[in-house]
Amino acid sequence: MSTVTLESATHHQGHGDAHHEHQHHETFITKYVFSQDHKTIAKQFLVTGIIWAIIGGLFSVIFRLQLGNPESTYPWLEDLLGHWAKGGKLQPEFYYALVTMHGTILVFFVLTAGLSGTFANFLIPLQIGARDMASPMLNMLSYWFFFLASVIMMASLFVQTGPASGGWTIYPPLSALGDASMGSKIGMDLWLISMAMFIVSSLLGGLNYITTILNMRTKGMSMTRMPLTIWALFFTAVLGVLSFPVLLSGAILLLFDRNLGTSFYLSDIVVAGKILPNEGGSAILFQHLFWFLGHPEVYIILLPAMGMSSEILSVNSRKPIFGYMAMVASLFAITILAFLVWAHHMFVTGLNPFLGSVFVLLTLLIAVPSAIKVFNWLTTLWKANIRFTPAMLFAIGFVSLFISGGLTGIFLGNSALDIHLHDTYFVIAHFHIVMGVASFFGMFAGVYHWYPKMFGRYLNNTLAYIHFWVTIIGAYLIFWPMHYEGLAGMPRRYYDFSNWESFKMFGGLNEFISVVALIVFAVQILFVINFFYSIWKGRKVKDQNPWNANTLEWTTPIRPGHGNWPGNIPEVHRWPYDYSKDGKDFIPQDVPVGADESKH
Amino acid sequence: MKDFYFIAIVVIIFIVIFQIARASEYVSILKGEAKSRKQNNKINGFLLISFLILGLIGAWYCNELYYGKTLFPQGSASVEGEKIDLMLYITIAVTGVVFVITQVLLFWFTFKYQEQEGKKAFYFPHNNKLELLWTTVPAIFLTILIVFGLKFWFKVTSDAPKDAVLVEITGHQFAWDMRYPGKDGKLGKKSYKLYNQPSGNTLAVDFEDPESWDDLHTTDMHLPVGKPVKLVINAMDVIHDVGLSHFRMKMDAVPGIPTTLWFTPKYTTEEMKKRTGNPNFVYEISCDQMCGKGHFSMRGVIIVESEEDYNKWLASQKPEYFTLFPDKNPIKEQTTDSSTAKPLAQAAAIN
Repeated sequence: MSTVTLESATHHQGHGDAHHEHQHHETFITKYVFSQDHKTIAKQFLVTGIIWAIIGGLFSVIFRLQLGNPESTYPWLEDLLGHWAKGGKLQPEFYYALVTMHGTILVFFVLTAGLSGTFANFLIPLQIGARDMASPMLNMLSYWFFFLASVIMMASLFVQTGPASGGWTIYPPLSALGDASMGSKIGMDLWLISMAMFIVSSLLGGLNYITTILNMRTKGMSMTRMPLTIWALFFTAVLGVLSFPVLLSGAILLLFDRNLGTSFYLSDIVVAGKILPNEGGSAILFQHLFWFLGHPEVYIILLPAMGMSSEILSVNSRKPIFGYMAMVASLFAITILAFLVWAHHMFVTGLNPFLGSVFVLLTLLIAVPSAIKVFNWLTTLWKANIRFTPAMLFAIGFVSLFISGGLTGIFLGNSALDIHLHDTYFVIAHFHIVMGVASFFGMFAGVYHWYPKMFGRYLNNTLAYIHFWVTIIGAYLIFWPMHYEGLAGMPRRYYDFSNWESFKMFGGLNEFISVVALIVFAVQILFVINFFYSIWKGRKVKDQNPWNANTLEWTTPIRPGHGNWPGNIPEVHRWPYDYSKDGKDFIPQDVPVGADESKH
Repeated sequence: MKDFYFIAIVVIIFIVIFQIARASEYVSILKGEAKSRKQNNKINGFLLISFLILGLIGAWYCNELYYGKTLFPQGSASVEGEKIDLMLYITIAVTGVVFVITQVLLFWFTFKYQEQEGKKAFYFPHNNKLELLWTTVPAIFLTILIVFGLKFWFKVTSDAPKDAVLVEITGHQFAWDMRYPGKDGKLGKKSYKLYNQPSGNTLAVDFEDPESWDDLHTTDMHLPVGKPVKLVINAMDVIHDVGLSHFRMKMDAVPGIPTTLWFTPKYTTEEMKKRTGNPNFVYEISCDQMCGKGHFSMRGVIIVESEEDYNKWLASQKPEYFTLFPDKNPIKEQTTDSSTAKPLAQAAAIN
């Protein structure tokens, strides 16, 4: 078994022992399909994530067509969607299905699995100096559970009553009662089953990441010498492992309510003229269970992007990241606080005002570690010598978006203001900027930065620059004006605003936003083409360390095999941020500390 | 055919961009990679600073275009909402300053410290005084925001004044229903199992309870100006949300768990028509919690009027009890419509 050799090789051999090159025969299936190599699994997560991102993005383009031109009809839409777009006009029910699936896909399948699945798998062993994950087998299962979840979610798009359509937050009773909505029939069951598979995947992955980071660091790689990417991925895994089970239990209870006649979330309901027997449940209970995951979830999405951006900013500034310990401490603070703020999504559910006030306090506290991070990034750029690689541009864009979206969080976290802004376009603008687009920027930065390590080739630079500039300008054009719609009280998840005296004046703006969204989506397709084209035809990497970076992954061969280092795993002698120290441009982590070297 | 041309054009644009990008790679090899990298660096540095300048101008322009369309120039239509507006202005002031400072620094640094030959970056790994500075300063500003926020929050969520006008609002897919307590000032009991579509008892009111006999059931909400009003909020089927953006109020309607909110309307609908310059102005209740396919059309109307007009309107409404059970009406002459009387009589028999 390959695992056995690998594990014994990774675990205790380390340094000095002769490492035997991984020699067993690999077939196409074991190498590319049921692979246990963390690098291949990372690529599998990435490619699956990209496919989901195209689908999820396309959904948003289709529902933006409706929002932009509520009066128009598109005959091709009927060819594509059949009775869901009768006469070329999107039906409200399918509009809501698209909104729901857009959220589900982007939040879970792209920005959780696609982002941390890719980079945790790829970077953890490479950057801490391990030959593979603690359990390559669990790692492989983690991907295949994700794949299974993907297949089920995909299947739910094709059932007769349509996919889930109660919003990605699937609040019961709407999601519990088939009579309340078409999407709450079989589509909702499939959604819940798919998410259960997804949670299994994320738990297997998360346990593996934590174990690997804690136990398999190479000699000299103390916790305080780990790159910030690894710290961020570590806290992400901790968040996931502690919060996803709560969603799983919430989802299972919902399945019971739907199919077995229990009343966890249901009470006093008359739906479609039928008086339901359920009494004593609480619809609000689900929201507590959901947001106990749901809020940490936004940090599960955001932290890897933070970690990768920190790393990329430092490498391309040719400067150490400023305040390493403060960066780690703020990640830790965010992780702890992430568990204590969930009810800020529920200020207007009739929550006890005193309880609400506690959540206001804890929520706004998160702004402190966030501010520390921002100012540390800014100080990292101060007196730097910056190279604008595409990865660097996306990392800078990440910081800009994180500031913009983070500050609007201060509006929404303050319950008095949230009364007015809750469930309006202000919320959409806030979380799309800070969690959606910002995390995408972190992910793009990561892809551009580590692509040479993944595939031994570069992405096309010109396309990358076009990608960056159109995306950041487009993102601000789409989401900035939405704040104004939100201040006017315009509610989320509306299919059509034209009958509302209070909101119809934003018709022109909605059309503008839809056009920009279409352009931004087209440019993402350009990125996808660049991505796949460059795997085979990109410029070849000739330099083992193309970015002159300090971290260990750049000490592996240009195309590392299974086991990562052909010889011994390098020993680590310093932290990863010795850039421009003592007049030297960079000093990799495996270089011993010189006698005359100054302390940092 | 139009679609076909559109797609063809998009595909051609893609191919052109792609070919240019490929060619540029060869050009950069011919020019020498170091040189082309330097050139790219200059271009992107310039673009970053331009993005900052144009972005700030764009933010100002966006404000010019859309601030007038938000609800803030016309002011809050409720007394309590003024506090929320004030909170908004305080927050905009604080976050606005931080936004401009940090974004300017970000793009200015990236432009100023772009790679230059022979220059070395400054090795500056940490400084505890700076960390302390940007831990304490945000903490102080956040404390201010929290103190103001909570003060307003407790004011807005406090118990309604005793003399508040009581109105019950019930959401169901996809409309709102109002119930007024009548002269006794008390709403009759409800029990969801009493829901009866054919009899017209759609709010599941318990008509055995004498307090329900003078209750009014209406579709529009009428409110007197200048008097506090307390809403008791219910839902029949799924979670809805009473969104009152003009009054800066919002509260979920949860089946099985009644919620409340209260506010004091400041302007009548007629006054708001003048304030906004919109002759069609109307206070709208929007459903702000996703509730199914008709969510976007779940619209309610509030008419704020002088107390005199309000009382006149109240007097013109007939208690629901007498509409449903015309035979119980002490003033018989009002029920002349025999067509509705027949099914209702049956319903009464069922009850």
